[in-house]
Amino acid sequence: MIRVENLYKSFDGRPVLTDVSLEIPEGHTMAIIGRSGSGKSVLMKHVIGLLRPDRGRVTVDGVDIGRIPYGELRQVRRQFGVLFQGGALFDSMDSFENVAFPLRTFTSMTDVEIRREVEDCLAMVDLSGVGPKMPADLSGGMRKRVALARAVALRPRYIIYDEPTSGLDPETSNTIDVLIRDLAERLSVTSIVVTHDMHSVLSIADRAAFIFEGRMHWVGTIDEMHASTDETLRAFVKANEYQIGMPHAPDLP
Amino acid sequence: MTRNRSIILAPAVALGSYSLLLFHAFSSLGEFGSYRKNVVRQMVRVGVDSLPIVALAAAFSGAVTTVQTAYQLVSPFIPKSIIGAIVVPSMILELGAVVTGFILAGRVGARIAAELGTMRVTEQIDALEAMGLNSIGYLIVPRVIAGVVMFPVLYIAASFIGIAGGLFVGHAGGFVPAGEFIDGAREFFQPFDPVFGLIKSFVFGFIITSISCFKGYNTLGGAEGVGLATTQAAVISCVYILIADLALAATLL
Repeated sequence: MIRVENLYKSFDGRPVLTDVSLEIPEGHTMAIIGRSGSGKSVLMKHVIGLLRPDRGRVTVDGVDIGRIPYGELRQVRRQFGVLFQGGALFDSMDSFENVAFPLRTFTSMTDVEIRREVEDCLAMVDLSGVGPKMPADLSGGMRKRVALARAVALRPRYIIYDEPTSGLDPETSNTIDVLIRDLAERLSVTSIVVTHDMHSVLSIADRAAFIFEGRMHWVGTIDEMHASTDETLRAFVKANEYQIGMPHAPDLP
Repeated sequence: MTRNRSIILAPAVALGSYSLLLFHAFSSLGEFGSYRKNVVRQMVRVGVDSLPIVALAAAFSGAVTTVQTAYQLVSPFIPKSIIGAIVVPSMILELGAVVTGFILAGRVGARIAAELGTMRVTEQIDALEAMGLNSIGYLIVPRVIAGVVMFPVLYIAASFIGIAGGLFVGHAGGFVPAGEFIDGAREFFQPFDPVFGLIKSFVFGFIITSISCFKGYNTLGGAEGVGLATTQAAVISCVYILIADLALAATLL
């Protein structure tokens, strides 16, 4: 279980997270929502120890990852799969090698086993056959799906998604949402989705945590969110619903 | 006041983080086995791929030094063999290492900084870390090792080619017969000269690769940040090559 307690973080004296506490129960999909610049990604980076807290702590299965030595932190990180905002595929390698990279680095699998595993992972994200393509030759959505295949290659216990649908068209966003939901079920992982896309939240998450002005403003299930009378939360959700309800441009013949 | 303080503090902070980066790099040497393939790849890029341009520059420096030395020694009382006695030690002591250094600062330094800088701003370095890999060990150690191993090799090649260039142009241009050139070089040869050149090239190789890795690894911002890191890597490497050149000459000669 991941637990964040009274997290405080500032950059150059400017506080970004002032008092954030959160518990992410095993097997659930938790959405971390909030406006751009509210500190969602900073919180996400603390959860995998890419940033260390100024005050407070982040524990993964009881281990305080802000205070353990680097070697131990790396062991903890291997339980995580992370999908970065732009995919963060290694552009010097083709798609196959990107997905094979964690397997080659951290397992003693043979080339044949790696090939089978990579093909499985690519099939999981509906991209069988793109192995030989370089990341630069893929569309934004495909890049994210290859990155997702790479993130699940080591069968992590936790998957973190950083703005998985940002910059994608609505149809591709839906595809990614469906993939996230499928993976959560198929691999029975705990997922954390950092996003400001309420459409995503409603279709994939069972819980949400709303960060507002550097604080954890509201945490609860999606049903509780709908029923909430909290003004700030309602304003955020409503603004997004308005966006979702916007009439789409008519299809071109 | 703040501005003055930052002028004084900034270099100290930079030196501190540079030293820390190197400390982390060297403390990950224990995992060298897993970076071996990467070391070979970097050696090819730093060394083998740089050979043509280094050879070209060295041949011309040797040739020009010969022609200019001949021009300065017009007196009939000075034997022509002196030209060989001046050109060969110049190549071995100074030009072989410094010309190669400047070329590699531009070619290798800029490339390293641009490559690591792009990896930083596209979150590829975060992706490596999030997988549980030691990104400093994986990215920086192989490049620095390739620099300190291949630079002396390039220096040796540059010295031979430079001397050959001088010998050829001296003979073909009628400035000094090849036999006299070689006699002069032999008469004034100091066994410590090539040792000194090798020490210099080792130091230069370390300066260029470590500074460029430092600049690239710590790139901030987007495309502009990568551009800045690339320019700084090349310029700062050149400045430190000059400083190290003087410091080594003053202490070792």
